[in-house]
Amino acid sequence: MRSSNLRLFVIAGLLVTIGLALVVSGFASSSPDGLEKVAEDKGFLETAQDHLFADGPLADYAVSGVDNERLSTGLSGLIGVLITFGVGLGLFALLRTMRSGSGSNAGGAGPGDDAGPTRAP
Amino acid sequence: MHIPDGFINAPTSLATGAVAVGGVGVSLRRAAQTLQERQAPLAGLVAAYIFAVQMINFPVAAGTSGHLLGGVLAAVLVGPWAGCICVAVVLVVQSLFADGGLTALGLNITNMAVVGVFGGWAIFKLLRRALPATNASVVAASGIAAGISVVLAATAFALEYAVGGNGGAPVGTVFAAMVGVHTLIGIGEGIITALTVGVILGVRPDLVYGAQDLQAPLTLRTKSEPAAGEVG
Repeated sequence: MRSSNLRLFVIAGLLVTIGLALVVSGFASSSPDGLEKVAEDKGFLETAQDHLFADGPLADYAVSGVDNERLSTGLSGLIGVLITFGVGLGLFALLRTMRSGSGSNAGGAGPGDDAGPTRAP
Repeated sequence: MHIPDGFINAPTSLATGAVAVGGVGVSLRRAAQTLQERQAPLAGLVAAYIFAVQMINFPVAAGTSGHLLGGVLAAVLVGPWAGCICVAVVLVVQSLFADGGLTALGLNITNMAVVGVFGGWAIFKLLRRALPATNASVVAASGIAAGISVVLAATAFALEYAVGGNGGAPVGTVFAAMVGVHTLIGIGEGIITALTVGVILGVRPDLVYGAQDLQAPLTLRTKSEPAAGEVG
C-alpha cells in the first residue's frame, strides 16, 4: 500500500514539476542573474566565452524551430525535466543495484585466472 | 550563479574539477550504502523539480534576478549524499541548454552541489539542534539554511575569482557585490525551500529525510491499519 502511495506522490510531484517547467518558466524574469550582474558591474562580463553548445537545439532554454518564445521555453523545460528525471531515476536505481550486489565492485569480471581448479601435477 | 567559460582560468577550473569529482564520488559511494528503496524515485523527482524551479528567475533588485539553487532543499528531502548527486545531475543536464560553461562545470558543481549542499546541510543540522523538535522547526531550519547556502556558494565564487579570475576586477569589490546580491537571492531561496519542505511535510512527512527523527516508527502503522479505504 505504501509503495502505491509513493508512486502517487511521485506522479503528483512530477505533474507539479512539469507545470512549473512548461508554464511558469515562461513568466520568469529575464534580467541578468546575480553573478551576471556582478560581472557586468565589475567589468569582467566580457571574459565570458560562448558555450560549446550555444548553437545546440536546446540552447538558452529554447527549442530551435519553435518561434513562440513562451512555448519554446516551456517545451525546453518539459524536455529538461524528463531528461533530469530519467537520468536521476536511472542513476539512483543503479546505485541501489550496486548495493544489493552486496558490496565491492568485483562483480563478475575476474581478471586474474586464480579461480581455476587445482590441477594435479 | 552558473559560471560561464572564461570567468575563471583553466588551472583553477581544473582544481575545482577535482573537488567536484571527489565530492560527487564520495556522495555516490555513500548514497549507494544508505539509499532506501523508496528514495530512488524520490531523488529523481527532486532533481527534476530543481531543474524546473531553476528556470524560474525571480527579480531581486533593479535589473537583477536570481533563481533557486536547491542544495538545501535536496539535502533535507533525500539526505546530503543523494542531494549532492541531484544537484550535480541538474548541472550536467543544463549543459545541453548551454547554461553554465563546460570547462566551468567543476566550478559550478563545487559551488552549488558541494558547498551549497554540504555547507547548507551543516547549518540545517545546527539549527535543528538549537530549535525544538517539531515540523515547524524543520521548515524554519530548511529556509534559513537554504538562504545562507546561497551566500556560501557566492563566497566560493569570490574565492575562485580571487585565485584565478579573469578580467582583473578587484577581489574585494567582487566579494562584496556577490555576497550583497546573493543575500537577496538567498531570501527567495529560503522561501521556496521552506514552502516546498512545508508542503511535503504536510502530505508525506515520512519522505522528508531531514525530519526522520520526528516520525513514529513506520512498522507500527502498517500493522494496525486494515486495508480499508484503499483505492488503486
